[in-house]
Amino acid sequence: MTFQVGGAVVAIDAAPNPWFDLSYVTDNFDTVLALAQEHIILTVISVGLGAAIALLLALIARRSRWLSTAILGMSTIIYTIPSLAMFAFIAPFTGLSVRTVIVGLVLYSLVILVRNFLAGLQSVPAEVRESAIGMGYNPRQLFLKVELPLALPAFIAGLRIATVSTIALATVGVIVGHGGLGQLIIGGFNANFYRAQIVAGTIACVLLALVADLLLAGAERLLTPWSRRST
Amino acid sequence: MVKAIYVIWSDAFAYLNDPLNWTRRNGILELLGQHLYISGMAVLLALLVALPVAVYLGHTGRGGAFTVAVSNVSRAIPTLALLTIFAVVPGLGFTDWATILALAIFAIPPILSNTYVGFRGVDRDVKEAAIAMGMSPLQVIFKAELPLAMPLLMTGVRTAGVQVVATTTLAALVGGGGLGDIINLGFGQQNYGVLLAGAFLVAALSLLTEFVLVALSWLVTPGQKRLPWQKTGSSRTPDDQGLATPERSDPALLANPL
Repeated sequence: MTFQVGGAVVAIDAAPNPWFDLSYVTDNFDTVLALAQEHIILTVISVGLGAAIALLLALIARRSRWLSTAILGMSTIIYTIPSLAMFAFIAPFTGLSVRTVIVGLVLYSLVILVRNFLAGLQSVPAEVRESAIGMGYNPRQLFLKVELPLALPAFIAGLRIATVSTIALATVGVIVGHGGLGQLIIGGFNANFYRAQIVAGTIACVLLALVADLLLAGAERLLTPWSRRST
Repeated sequence: MVKAIYVIWSDAFAYLNDPLNWTRRNGILELLGQHLYISGMAVLLALLVALPVAVYLGHTGRGGAFTVAVSNVSRAIPTLALLTIFAVVPGLGFTDWATILALAIFAIPPILSNTYVGFRGVDRDVKEAAIAMGMSPLQVIFKAELPLAMPLLMTGVRTAGVQVVATTTLAALVGGGGLGDIINLGFGQQNYGVLLAGAFLVAALSLLTEFVLVALSWLVTPGQKRLPWQKTGSSRTPDDQGLATPERSDPALLANPL
């Protein structure tokens, strides 16, 4: 589009397109907030489901060497498949819906978590487990009172990585229209390269990841008071 | 449902079986070439930046916190965001270099941290023996430390390489080309056959990259050879510094999600 200014032809491209524009955020606050909310919901559901399945798999995997090799091998293969291809594999089953994104994100977080959960469980010294069994702990007590507290730092380290990764990865959900803040990034690109929107989406994503990481780090401090005393 | 899935799969194979889909302009072969060129340049660029820094830091034993911070921060930045930002930089946008630069930035942390850990982990006695034998500082680095750090260095290169090949797919969302174009087209037209065909190609290329780089590490690693999935002794537990998720056999750092 062009328009006349005093006889000269000025291209509309010359319109200002700043990288940072606070008025973008204030003018579109509701949109940004709604997308951030979708982003958080996507992350919480994906990491939550992923953690539940990963814990189950880790508990099964540690029972035999063969099983743990099989599960870790599968997880490496899943991890190697690019997110866009993963969503493409899932889409024929779930359609262009938010379920496609959630299934994909669950798979990736699961893969990260199962390794950390397994490493955490295996880090519990055999003597500790044996003395707990000798003291008459049943398997449930053994897990809840002995193994879980000892493996907790490894569990939370895994949760932190999975959460931060999931927040970054959720943006790719834009391919089926449910990318949370990714909608801002690609939306800005498609809206004639609207930089303020792209950068706002990016900054919001990074902030979300940092806040989530800090919250989990805080949770670890609260849940493992004994490790604080020793350091 | 079963019938619909069957139709989609046969559509995908029909797409892959048509030679024209491979050889035409913007066909699979052209997109593959573009994909490999972008990925290769990105890894090369990352190696040029990361290796000297990692070797220096690891050799002197300084900057551990720095490498951990770099990989933690990079994990929080969505690849898609950086790809998009680079695609709208004037002069850089809509060239292959926008994609290459964005991906190179994400390829630096795995190479940097693994190489750093590899060099830092070299036994002090080995270094002192090398110096006592009259080696110059450069000889110590290349003849004593490098061979010992090689397995971890290659783990970093492998992680970065697979990650770059995988994330090059995302460039299609911002007009960057590569095999992701086929998936993007499939989603755009809601053509699940094309979609699945693209997903197959991209997944196959990523897995192939993984195998090729495993073979490469096997070739360039001196001494006792072992494959990444072979177990060694004890398992490491992830520590809370963000150095986490060991690939069982070596203290590798897990890359960004792809």
